[in-house]
Amino acid sequence: MRKISLPLTRDVIKTLRQGEQVLLSGSLLTARDAAHKRLADTLKSGKKIPVSLKGETIYYTGPTPKKIGEVIGSCGPTTSSRMDPFTPLLLKHGLMGMIGKGERSEEVNRAIRKHGAVYFITIGGAGAYLSEKVKSAEVIAYKDLGPEAIYRLEVEDFPAIVSIL
Amino acid sequence: MIRAIDSGLIRDAVKDLFIKANTSLRQDILSGLKLARKNETREKARYVLDIIIKNAAIAKKKMMPICQDTGMAVVYLKIGQSLIVKGDLKKAVNKGVALAYKEGYFRNSIVNDPLIRKNTNTNLPSIIYTDIVPGNKINIKVVAKGFGCENVSKTRMFRPTVPISSIEQFILDAVRDAGSRPCPPVYIGIGIGGTLDKAVSLSKEAIFRPLGKTNKDKHIARLEKSILRKVNDLRIGPIGVAGNITALGVSILTYPTHIAGLPVAINISCHATRTAEATI
Repeated sequence: MRKISLPLTRDVIKTLRQGEQVLLSGSLLTARDAAHKRLADTLKSGKKIPVSLKGETIYYTGPTPKKIGEVIGSCGPTTSSRMDPFTPLLLKHGLMGMIGKGERSEEVNRAIRKHGAVYFITIGGAGAYLSEKVKSAEVIAYKDLGPEAIYRLEVEDFPAIVSIL
Repeated sequence: MIRAIDSGLIRDAVKDLFIKANTSLRQDILSGLKLARKNETREKARYVLDIIIKNAAIAKKKMMPICQDTGMAVVYLKIGQSLIVKGDLKKAVNKGVALAYKEGYFRNSIVNDPLIRKNTNTNLPSIIYTDIVPGNKINIKVVAKGFGCENVSKTRMFRPTVPISSIEQFILDAVRDAGSRPCPPVYIGIGIGGTLDKAVSLSKEAIFRPLGKTNKDKHIARLEKSILRKVNDLRIGPIGVAGNITALGVSILTYPTHIAGLPVAINISCHATRTAEATI
């Protein structure tokens, strides 16, 4: 199985094939419903968002709290289509990759292709397994959103399947 | 014979049940997944099922949630009419839920108001259904319902004269529309009859039935089998990568209904169907 480094680059995305199974290693952000709404509202009002999206990959997850000695709690993907209304705007601001579960809207499919981005799916309901692929986790924005805060994660050999590019 | 118990016993039972449900995959579901793995022919689907099965083992060993969506807590109480509960029953149930989510390191996923949406930070309130039954015991069933699959559940009020094929088509359309969002292979709960709310309630209770068991009414058992075959013919497969197994099972519960109606509800439950049950 091919190993892919994060952050992604356009050159790497060009070599991916739809349906290809890959293992992702490197740095990514987490964000789900409430964080997406806040990012989009902030961008629409012309203000600066607390984190640059340029070249970033967002993993749609809201982890469980970690126990002492753990890096992160259970952290599987949530349903991506709920982020669809916000995704084209984030892609416009440099977002390059997304990881989640389930199908995306036609509009998001078009936006992903237009921006040369990629959408991966990973294994829904496998939060305990996926937590072992996370090597560090830190809240970097929107701490008040609790499980919906934006985290910076470092992952190693995180399983994903290329869904849309 | 009248029997009295302290509400603290119910609090502790509810707590233990939610911890068990969220960290230890139901044995029948795990067996269903292993059987699916055995029968799956596509390489990618087998890869996904292997990870799902490994996930259950890791969760159990580490007492970690099977899925990060530890759900909204739904509790079904069947209370014997000869049982006296000393203390506040509803408070005890909610306390048990709050303790489970705190001590189990589960995610608090409940917001105080559906429109204002501020996290209650306790995973409360829970949803409690009560029923009065003969005897002096209390049966407690809990489900930690994730919303990936809850969001794709559906209900419809049919004309009473429609052919059964219309009901089957409604179920198939719901599963097809849901696609990979509810984390297949799913367990499909269906409620037929009663009122709008009764059918929905039955569809959720249906997922407590162990996989492999069928409805005691032969015509309903036949319908379960037929729907399961047709759902698997959709070939959505584990997490949507295409494959032989889209559903592990179909469980239908029915209830008498009105001459003018035929309510049908489908409650889709993910491959991490999290329920537990105890009787005190």
